[in-house]
Amino acid sequence: MAPILSIDDLSVSFSQPKRSLFAVRQVSLDVAARECVAIVGESGSGKTQVFMAAMGLLAGNAAAAGSVRFEGGEILGAGPRQLNGIRGSKLTMIFQDPMTSLTPHLKIGTQLAEVLVCHAGASWSEARLAARRMLERVRVPEPERRLSQYPHELSGGLRQRVMIGMSLLCGPQLVIADEPTTALDVTVQAQIMDLLRAMREEVGMALVLISHDLGVVAGLADRILVMYAGRIVESAGSAELFRRARHPYTAALLNCIPSLSGPRLERLPTLPGQPPRPEDVLDGCAFAPRCPRAAERCRVERPLLTNENDGASRVACHFPLSP
Amino acid sequence: MNSLVVDAARRLRSNPGAVCAMFVAAGMVALALLGPGFNPNGSETLDWLHVASQPALQSAHWFGTDRLGRDLFARTLEGTRVSLAVGVVASAVSLSVGISYGAVAGYVGGRTDHVMMRIIEILSGLPLIFFVIFLTVIFGRSESLLFLSIGAVGWLTMARIVRGQTLSIRRREFIEAAVASGAGTARIIVRHVIPNIIGPVIVYATLTVPQIIMFESFLSFLGLGIQEPHASLGTLIAEGAGEMEAAPWILLVPGGFLAVLLLALNIFGDGLRDALDVKER
Repeated sequence: MAPILSIDDLSVSFSQPKRSLFAVRQVSLDVAARECVAIVGESGSGKTQVFMAAMGLLAGNAAAAGSVRFEGGEILGAGPRQLNGIRGSKLTMIFQDPMTSLTPHLKIGTQLAEVLVCHAGASWSEARLAARRMLERVRVPEPERRLSQYPHELSGGLRQRVMIGMSLLCGPQLVIADEPTTALDVTVQAQIMDLLRAMREEVGMALVLISHDLGVVAGLADRILVMYAGRIVESAGSAELFRRARHPYTAALLNCIPSLSGPRLERLPTLPGQPPRPEDVLDGCAFAPRCPRAAERCRVERPLLTNENDGASRVACHFPLSP
Repeated sequence: MNSLVVDAARRLRSNPGAVCAMFVAAGMVALALLGPGFNPNGSETLDWLHVASQPALQSAHWFGTDRLGRDLFARTLEGTRVSLAVGVVASAVSLSVGISYGAVAGYVGGRTDHVMMRIIEILSGLPLIFFVIFLTVIFGRSESLLFLSIGAVGWLTMARIVRGQTLSIRRREFIEAAVASGAGTARIIVRHVIPNIIGPVIVYATLTVPQIIMFESFLSFLGLGIQEPHASLGTLIAEGAGEMEAAPWILLVPGGFLAVLLLALNIFGDGLRDALDVKER
């Protein structure tokens, strides 16, 4: 089956007065219909920029190369007219901070209805009705009252529910959730993840979850891609990744998750060192300076993302951890 | 009900100075509009028996008469009405032109912004008085021309303010979210940019009205604005200034009106700024 979103050899660079910074380096990935893919990586690993490029939301000084196809059509570098036919209806995005991603001076109902008026050509009264039904579906209590409230009158969790509802209004093929729970506290975070799971079952859209937290995406993702310094270093089924991570970076990340069972730790393990800066020119493996398994070869030759024998799990490492 | 407006109204009510100023300004506006109905003296009737008579409550002319025997109270009210009209119309012109110009320049950015701002700089480099004299010479004197020329110059600052405000919010997440949900540039400017910057703009507009009244008075004082037999506060003050030693009230009555009106509008504008300027709580 053809993938919904197909990213091929995508690079994103930012030009600055004296140099160019590479945020994303030759990333390729596919998202199939109804699939949930999680992109995990630390700050600056380029995980958000991959999808900003796909949505045509890159900053003015950014340049993207490669190919992004949505439902078979190329959308990288497409004009705003073509993009606006897709964005907000078939391809939607949920942003990190629900506190700032709703327009402060428009009522919730107006903002929701506007999406339908804009994309589906609905009348305002139809759209308002649909907005009300959507608020019910995303479990917003008292939907009628919320419609006529302003964003600042809602809590963070409610606002994120509104954002999720807004992203689902036009029946999207693919929803990109960029760290949807980072700005929320832990209990609300769990509720929002539950809601995303429920919506995925109801609506059946494909979902991309961008996160820096393996624990958050674990329960929801079918497949997890781990990014480091602008590249995908490991790609595996969710259960597979947790059972036996092959890349030393993934293994180190998993190692940093504190466990409720098992011996009590004196200190939470951390990764020593810093990730490379985006302006660094890297010959070898970007993780080599922090890698316990690094050898001479890692510093001179960049490992490529290889197909494993079963075809599902891929890793970019010269010396992957053996299963 | 619009809760932002309700909030702002509540904060405005808790500011006694602003409430006072609002009532004074509203009272003067009402007086200027309705006052002539209660005053038996017309603003253009000459009373030869009382030429340059002193203000006295028991006489027919409460605020006295000018050197042609016209009732000063009626003239001052007419002057206030004309001055207010100039202020409001010119502010409306500068508001509408300034908002659309500034929002487009700020949101679209890049080269468009550069060109648009350079045009503003060129226009604001023109000496204003010279510009007005020039227009008067070409088109002759008329009140509508006065409105137009003041408005044509007043929008420059408004456009700069709107552009600045737009720049400060165009990189905010809700704009990005609007782009991500497929809204076009025009829709984003009208629905998401302008409503979010309207607070400071309204405040600036209320402070523009007195500024423009002042400017109109200044032009009329120079003889470039409103012409006899019509009166604005500026022409009345200019007339009074000539009689200052013999009949000071001819200067003091319209001068006092102007001072009180400007003070009230300024205090009200300040209060409005404080009331509206609470950011997103």
